[in-house]
Amino acid sequence: MITIDEWKERLESEKCYDLVCEIYDRIEKSKLNAYITLCKDLALKEAEKYDKGQKSGKLAGIPIAIKDCISTKGIRTTCGSKMLENYIPPFDAHVIENLKREGAIIIGKTNMDEFAMGTTTETSYFGVVRNPYDLSRVAGGSSGGSGACLGGDEAVLALGSDTGGSIRCPASFCGVVGLKPTYGLVSRYGLIPYANSLEQIGPMACSVKDLALLLEIIAGKDERDSTNAGREFKFEYCSKKFKVGIVKEMGGNEEVNSRFEEAVEIIKNMGFEVGEVSMPSFKYALAAYYIIATGEASSNLARYDGVRYGFALEELDSWTKYFSKVRSLGFGEEVKRRIMLGTYALSAGYYGKYYLKALKVRTLVKRDFESALAKYDLLISPTMPALPFKIGELADPLTMYKMDVNTVPINLAGIPALSLPAGFIKSLPVGIQIMGNYFEESKILSFAMDLEKVFKEVF
Amino acid sequence: MDVIIGLEVHVQLNKLKTKMFCPCSIDYHGDEPNTHVCPICLGMPGAMPVLNKEAVKAGIKVALALNAEVQPFMVFDRKNYFYPDLPKGFQISQYDHPLAWGGYLTIETDEGEKKITLKRIHMEEDPGKLSYKGSITTAKYSLIDYNRSGVPLLEIVTEPVMNSPKEARLFLNKLRIILEYLDVFDGNLEGAMRVDANVSVKGGGRVEIKNISSFKGVEKALTYEITRQKNLIRMGRTVKRETRHFDEANNITVSLRSKEEEQDYRYFPEPDLVPIYAEELIEEVKQILPEMPEEKRERFKKQYGLSDSFAKVLVMDIKMANYFEDVAKVVNPKLAASWIVDVLRGELNYRSKDFTFAYEKLKPEEMAKLLNYFENGDITEKGVVEVIRTKLDKGGNVDKIIESKGLFAIPKEEIERLCIEIIEKNKKAVEDYYAGKKQALNFLVGQVMKATRGRADPGETAKIMRIILDKK
Ligand SMILES: [Zn+2]
Repeated sequence: MITIDEWKERLESEKCYDLVCEIYDRIEKSKLNAYITLCKDLALKEAEKYDKGQKSGKLAGIPIAIKDCISTKGIRTTCGSKMLENYIPPFDAHVIENLKREGAIIIGKTNMDEFAMGTTTETSYFGVVRNPYDLSRVAGGSSGGSGACLGGDEAVLALGSDTGGSIRCPASFCGVVGLKPTYGLVSRYGLIPYANSLEQIGPMACSVKDLALLLEIIAGKDERDSTNAGREFKFEYCSKKFKVGIVKEMGGNEEVNSRFEEAVEIIKNMGFEVGEVSMPSFKYALAAYYIIATGEASSNLARYDGVRYGFALEELDSWTKYFSKVRSLGFGEEVKRRIMLGTYALSAGYYGKYYLKALKVRTLVKRDFESALAKYDLLISPTMPALPFKIGELADPLTMYKMDVNTVPINLAGIPALSLPAGFIKSLPVGIQIMGNYFEESKILSFAMDLEKVFKEVF
Repeated sequence: MDVIIGLEVHVQLNKLKTKMFCPCSIDYHGDEPNTHVCPICLGMPGAMPVLNKEAVKAGIKVALALNAEVQPFMVFDRKNYFYPDLPKGFQISQYDHPLAWGGYLTIETDEGEKKITLKRIHMEEDPGKLSYKGSITTAKYSLIDYNRSGVPLLEIVTEPVMNSPKEARLFLNKLRIILEYLDVFDGNLEGAMRVDANVSVKGGGRVEIKNISSFKGVEKALTYEITRQKNLIRMGRTVKRETRHFDEANNITVSLRSKEEEQDYRYFPEPDLVPIYAEELIEEVKQILPEMPEEKRERFKKQYGLSDSFAKVLVMDIKMANYFEDVAKVVNPKLAASWIVDVLRGELNYRSKDFTFAYEKLKPEEMAKLLNYFENGDITEKGVVEVIRTKLDKGGNVDKIIESKGLFAIPKEEIERLCIEIIEKNKKAVEDYYAGKKQALNFLVGQVMKATRGRADPGETAKIMRIILDKK
């Protein structure tokens, strides 16, 4: 794992061009399948510019990987789907504009679950992403490529997107840091949506310090996203001994729980006040999440009809037959399953029974968080209830959905949450989740920074 | 009542500068297809809608003018359905928190005034437009023009309170007048107003006729449909609930789908837009709401002393009303009103033009000058008409036209002198006149007209001639 400081140190004596070449050599030999599209020519040109002293900014010369659901002007953006296999966006996402302004070098577009629908990156049209610590296991999802490329030294920074845990899960599985920002902190302009009301683009990195810097750069005002809060983010370290609450309803299997308990002991020993909170609404959260997410998705994905861009058929037919065929051939199984689920949930006669109920649960989850965060500065839990799975292990969709149990309540409420590595169990990474109040990313990052130091020594 | 009609009117707010959710210009008429587009109105992945506040203001204006209850809290929803002209696979519309509820508009039927009540008014975006090479039936494929995609639309839904196709037409005419008063709508542009009509005849099911794209079409479609339904009932057959399409070329309606096949639009709130809290906006719009036709009619009667019938016609078209006021600044308002309503309006109609054309070709100052000449007796009625026609067709300067066509009226003294001269020269006719032959007078007047090449006023000349003859 390469931090920005380490990369910068090497830049003092070596050429950026050579360092970037080294990254591409590693990617080309890699078995991780972290990338869908590489932009080597472009990246090397940028590296050369850096060597000539023509690049400036906070991320000048730093290689970054971008999840393939974030639009990049002139660079293919597939969303992990056959449907967008040949789609080249004519515009940059807000976050990409910011990265370019700060001089970052885009290495490529990372592999992901098709349209971000998955927890393992097994639903990608471009093949599964393998875990950098065990090639027979998954890297998590849906931002699996972004997690794996950091774990495998194939980039220094990465962007992911998180609709129900899609940044935190691969961060946990790949032993890196990942943050889902407060809803509205980072503009979604250019993010190809899965479930608009739940998701945020977020930073992934090899250290909390790098994560904070990347968040500063991608956050901020953007009028093109009406749900953007119009706030800038500036990380301010705070050494306060926060009050930390353990969420009773969030847990994991035995291995995960025992590591989490060890972590709690360490936190106590560090002088933080630790208590327990209960969130009664959480037992409905997973169901509510899947209704809202698939409902929005069923509508978002309606535009892929083979008319304007992406996957199209050679043979023409009547309109109804044509678009039906395009959609049955262009989408994968999991995507079709979620479109069907969402369509059903929004249908006349079921809307009140499912969708409106789900919105009510959402309100309850928000309230539970609000009252817990009135008592505690931060909340903690294991990020994932289990260690990285074997590829193909989660064949049953419902078992897979259940893996999101600790992560989805955060998206329902819109609060920020970070996954921090807490060492390894049987050589596999494990992560703990730190949650905070709206726009209190600085608290989360400060706490994570303190823990990071200790965890590295202990675990 | 035998027949019950309700309308859903789609109105393009086509006087705005930009589309509903993107910065594209809506001034696309006559431009190449797909030249007023961007990632947002093409529904490209990752592009997000940004609400055009001016469209909301225009919507509020219309709702207030239609006496509707504008809602302080509005939400945009997605209406989901597949159609090739719909780039996102859904249309951003409003469902349970629309722009306004209720409202009404008054029409004048043969039986007197009638209130047409409204159910609701909501905002939405226009889809793109399909077009076909050749005709819809023979073309191998359809082409799509997204220039129209995202144009701000209002959907105005009436209660089922109209009882004849004529009432439907009167409603639409009145609506158009109001929309043009508010300066949010130009009814002359193609596709500016499209109508869905619900119609049922006593004893039958409700039938919806979709997408009638012209004013005249509505009356025709309804007339056809009512006859069809009445015939079915007369023959003892049932009129089933269904949706029909109006075939404009053949003036008939054809079945599109039955009630069972009705679409489920799966409405839900658009997550990329935030709700609108409109209280301040409503107050702001109230301040700039212009005078409406009824108020203007009353003011014209009071301020200019016009008769109700002139005032009523003048306010039917905001441009005509403005033209009148511009002319009435300078000349006698009653004279101005009668010339504008009785003559100028007819001349424009004859040329299929409206008062925009009058503003170009015969400016109010020029019209006023012309009417001043007339009032002073410098030009005859016929002369005024002649100048109006020449101005509309060929243009030119008012004085020069009068001069070159010799339209200045002959002074009274000159006519008296000519009458005496003609009497001297036509003894036979004078004798005939005294003998009681009426035609003799006509002959003598004709001689004066001939001598003046028609510039003398025939009525005036006859009067003078008679006075002179009777004095003898
Ligand atoms: Zn546009």
